[in-house]
Amino acid sequence: MSDLDIPYTRYLDPEGQVTTELPAFAQDQSELIELYRRMTFARRYDGKLTAMQRTGRIPSYAPELGEEAVRVGYASAMKKEDVLLGTYRDTAAMIVRGVTIDEDLMFWAGDERGNVYAGPAEDFPLTTPIATQTTQAVGVAYAFKLRGEKRVAVTTIGDGGSSKGDFYEAMNFAGAWQVPVVFIIINNQWAISMPRERQSAAKTLAQKGLAAGIPGEQVDGNDVIAVQDVVSRALENARSGGGPTVIEVITYRLTDHSTADDASRYRDPDEVSAHWKNEPLIRLRTYLTESQAWTKGDEENLLASVDQEIEDGISRYEAQEGLPPEAMFDHMFAELPNDLKEQRATAMAEFSDSEENGHG
Amino acid sequence: MAELTMVSAVCQALGRALEDDKDVVLLGEDVGANGGVFRASEGLQEIYGADRVIDTPLAEAGIGGVTVGMAAAGLKPVAEFQFLGFIYSAFDQIISHVARLRNRTRGRLSCPLVIRAPYGGGIHGPEHHSESTEALFAHIPGLRVVVPSSPLRAYGLLLAAIRNPDPVMFLEPKRVYRTVKQEVPDDGEALPLDLCFTLREGGDVTLVSWGAAVTETMAAAETLSGMGIEAEVIDVATLTPLDMPTILSSVEKTGRCVIVHEAPYTGGFGAEIAARLAEKGLLHLLSPVLRVTGYDTVIPYAKNEHRYLVSEKRIIDAVRRTVAFPEEP
Repeated sequence: MSDLDIPYTRYLDPEGQVTTELPAFAQDQSELIELYRRMTFARRYDGKLTAMQRTGRIPSYAPELGEEAVRVGYASAMKKEDVLLGTYRDTAAMIVRGVTIDEDLMFWAGDERGNVYAGPAEDFPLTTPIATQTTQAVGVAYAFKLRGEKRVAVTTIGDGGSSKGDFYEAMNFAGAWQVPVVFIIINNQWAISMPRERQSAAKTLAQKGLAAGIPGEQVDGNDVIAVQDVVSRALENARSGGGPTVIEVITYRLTDHSTADDASRYRDPDEVSAHWKNEPLIRLRTYLTESQAWTKGDEENLLASVDQEIEDGISRYEAQEGLPPEAMFDHMFAELPNDLKEQRATAMAEFSDSEENGHG
Repeated sequence: MAELTMVSAVCQALGRALEDDKDVVLLGEDVGANGGVFRASEGLQEIYGADRVIDTPLAEAGIGGVTVGMAAAGLKPVAEFQFLGFIYSAFDQIISHVARLRNRTRGRLSCPLVIRAPYGGGIHGPEHHSESTEALFAHIPGLRVVVPSSPLRAYGLLLAAIRNPDPVMFLEPKRVYRTVKQEVPDDGEALPLDLCFTLREGGDVTLVSWGAAVTETMAAAETLSGMGIEAEVIDVATLTPLDMPTILSSVEKTGRCVIVHEAPYTGGFGAEIAARLAEKGLLHLLSPVLRVTGYDTVIPYAKNEHRYLVSEKRIIDAVRRTVAFPEEP
């Protein structure tokens, strides 16, 4: 919280109790059940990917455990024609956007074809360099505005990423140009080993928007209703020409930064245990159960169907043809330059030589 | 027809591109009302509007990023960095995104953009205004690096760069922005990218250069002619992807090669050309490939700058050494 004017939104508390009258969409229990289904998928798929990394089936993965409401909430708020520019920890959002399990698995397995989205064909691929997507989102939004399209660019960044100059530049461009972009700071309290309070002296990260002339808001990132509501309002504001918004979504990273990280080296396990009480699935399930909208049987059926969906996706991924060696050359340019054609021919001869001789 | 300087030819090409393709936008610091600090976009905002000739906030990393976003979203942005020396905060965007968006998405998204930057020394610019760092960009897979050396080539190559579906670094040697005038018809005709231009034919030695150093190289060739040495002069123009066949066939004819560039010696792009000549043309060479380049020093401030820049005399000396080899000239 801040002395500045930074609204904070929450509808469901960690016990699943309604603290403020629910927004219109959340009065429809089928909408809430769909959000719960998406979060459950995210939780199970995240666990599956983590397990696949541990067993050597994919080389790396950035887990999202505990942050499901963030990605499901903002992605559910977006329209199909909007464009998402996420970070490497936005898998669950990409799935909501329509990226398939087999596409996503190809990406994490190290195959560029995983970035060829049949669904959200204009969304950017998950991006590794920190904060560079935020200025790109401003450029995408500028194109929408110039062409008079009612579309919004949505970009995410972490609490650590919000320290980068690129992010400040992005907010400044967006404010100066009044383009339709929504910045979502996913504050999960930890940037690898760096805790939020040492990342910035700013009382809130949302207030970083104010200096750029952009309204900033905070939202309880473990309340999927609040996330979808706040992001929807920001999107509609941007879509109708009202300009950008900065939204700080407050959540907690319940697991390691990545599959190469061991958070026990720098983080008190008691802190993590305490945060399990706030995780997003329990509160929505409690609310739905107490509203007589969800039963133990529904839960069992949901888990079975989600797990089957994941297994089917893995089967489709495993049925993909192997990546041909020339693929590394063939997408460098629209048309392969002569200079690179020569390297390609040399490489292909070398690949075929070494692979025939069993050294591939 | 009026004769144009290189910077006016750049402006003419930008105007032609804006006129021909509504997806083309220009952006950069002071490119609008001020027409760019070198006037490369003079008058264009008045004609094409502030939405398409866009003054940006003063933030180069941001310019890099928004240019990527615009290009991926279907525009054809031409971003001006006021001086190449200010581009480094956008280097992350260039190396991490501009050069690889097509590849990492298998062509689903791409970056049809041009990044223009005046570069090089010789105008007594303040610190950080005079470096020649084209080799940094030439090392990045996925970029084209194009350097014009005359008004005609600036016009034709810039149109080609803007129409190209992939990203182009268009580095403009500002020392020759206003030194030469040529008739440059605004005919919308692009010149080919990925090809070297042979500016002068000769059978005794091949001189390979690009950018501002082409001026001294051509002057040296004329002087050498008076000394009985006929030099073939090649303007590389597109550094990457490199048109090595043109250079090789010239060296097959002459047997001798001197590479001339303003950038520092070590790891300069001349090293790449020399290495390829060694790999592919060794048996045609009658003497070692020589390089006339800047030094491995920080380019001096204005007072000493002229001693750093390659001179006609240094080129002539190198040619005389290579022609006399293995004797001393």
